[in-house]
Amino acid sequence: MPFGLLKYGLSSEYPAQQHFSPPGDLKKHYDVVIIGAGGHGTGIAYHLAKYHGITNVAILEKSYLGGGNTARNTAVIRSNYLTEEGVRFYRESVKLWQNLSNEFDYNVMLENRGQLTLAHSDAAVRSFRWRAEVNKHMGVRSELVDRQQIAELVPNLRMAEDARFPIMAGLWHADGATARHDAVVWGYARGACQRGVELHQLTEVQDVEITAGRVSAVRTNRGRVGCGAVVQAVAGASSVVANMAGIKLPIHSYPLQAMVTQPYKPLLTPHVSSPHVHVYVHQTSRGEFVIGGGSDPSPLYNTRATLEQRESLSAAALELFPFLAQARLLRQWAGTTDMTPDYSPIMGLSPVENYYLDAGWGTWGFKATPICGVSMAELVATQKVPDIIAPFALERFYRFEQINEAGATAASH
Amino acid sequence: MKILTCPLNGPRNMSEFTYGGEYHPTPDHADASAREWAEHVFFHHNTAGVVTEWWCHNASSYWFLAERNTLTDEVLRTFDCDQVYNQRIDFPAVTTPEARK
Repeated sequence: MPFGLLKYGLSSEYPAQQHFSPPGDLKKHYDVVIIGAGGHGTGIAYHLAKYHGITNVAILEKSYLGGGNTARNTAVIRSNYLTEEGVRFYRESVKLWQNLSNEFDYNVMLENRGQLTLAHSDAAVRSFRWRAEVNKHMGVRSELVDRQQIAELVPNLRMAEDARFPIMAGLWHADGATARHDAVVWGYARGACQRGVELHQLTEVQDVEITAGRVSAVRTNRGRVGCGAVVQAVAGASSVVANMAGIKLPIHSYPLQAMVTQPYKPLLTPHVSSPHVHVYVHQTSRGEFVIGGGSDPSPLYNTRATLEQRESLSAAALELFPFLAQARLLRQWAGTTDMTPDYSPIMGLSPVENYYLDAGWGTWGFKATPICGVSMAELVATQKVPDIIAPFALERFYRFEQINEAGATAASH
Repeated sequence: MKILTCPLNGPRNMSEFTYGGEYHPTPDHADASAREWAEHVFFHHNTAGVVTEWWCHNASSYWFLAERNTLTDEVLRTFDCDQVYNQRIDFPAVTTPEARK
């Protein structure tokens, strides 16, 4: 609309679009309280409001919208996992990503770039073949590729045979993608707020009141809020929040650091990761190279950046892309990853009747955002655990039925 | 480089050590249920604050305990595990299937 744009440009006022509900007072009671306004929390609220007609919902966020691990992850979307349960779950999420911008009419800047994982040992080649077969069986595009195919996919990757860890083969995952993390949480939050959900930022849940095995209220820094049900979606603080409800989780919280270089012209299309040298690299649409890797060596609730990690990430990235030696780093940051023993999430029911868990999101939370919105909202609305998340129940650790995805991480944490 | 004080080897570079998980008192081996063992093996307090945890000095394979603040990464003290494990534990041979449950 050129005239509309001209009128807007000549106007003395620039009315900004109101995305979210203006901050108001907390009500005395909500049907559902969601703790945490990240991608998962806002996604659950959006699906509750749009598909289940539950709109008396509050999202309580101690900081600001999407400022936790939604903002701190490296935005990798993929489904090339190892177990049937894991592949099925992430496959559905990748499908939902494809239509997410249309779903809430907000551009999440999805880019289907593919993901290449590198093998530097015979054992890795064997495990890649295993993953490729499981993936193909489950309808996920994964295939084993040889050195020549790798060189064609990523022409500027260092393929030297005298490298410290020569590249032997790769796992090519055409379904790999990336998206703009802020847009995901804004799209969900806007869609939820349009349907009556209240977003309360700077509202920290400090305690959970439980009477006769049920949550009756949460206490916040802005007062007590009664609730019919509570969902916790607080990656990085899962144990701390669950502890308020008297729930112990199989989680250790580790910092995971990443960094970006100055922008360059487009040089690298797919995500490239190497579990062996503990690094993954991709280039954003802005041109920055994102470099991420393994977790810190011991648990910590702190998002400081360390020189040790910068050194090891740089060394690993240069093994693969020596031209980055000239690059200047713009930023380095950390997110807190809630690592579970089997590298799969903890979703579903908890020992408290109306308290639902969306926890243990370690290093795999961003890619699962859309399917979490769908499946957790269905759980809260129907109080029946959807089949797709049933294997991820907290109870699996008592039944010794872990879903081991430790072999399917991008950078071996 | 951070320094950690090993009770056996004295102050050493952090890179010489491996983190070994939270310290939990071991369940009573004679009558702990499968559920209690699962909790002991998998579940953690994961406290944001001072915790007691296992560390190993890699070069000497020496395991010890440390009190560390998980908000600030400050190590308050390190100590030998004989301060905690100060009684002999005898494991009788389990013979009957009933006794294994």
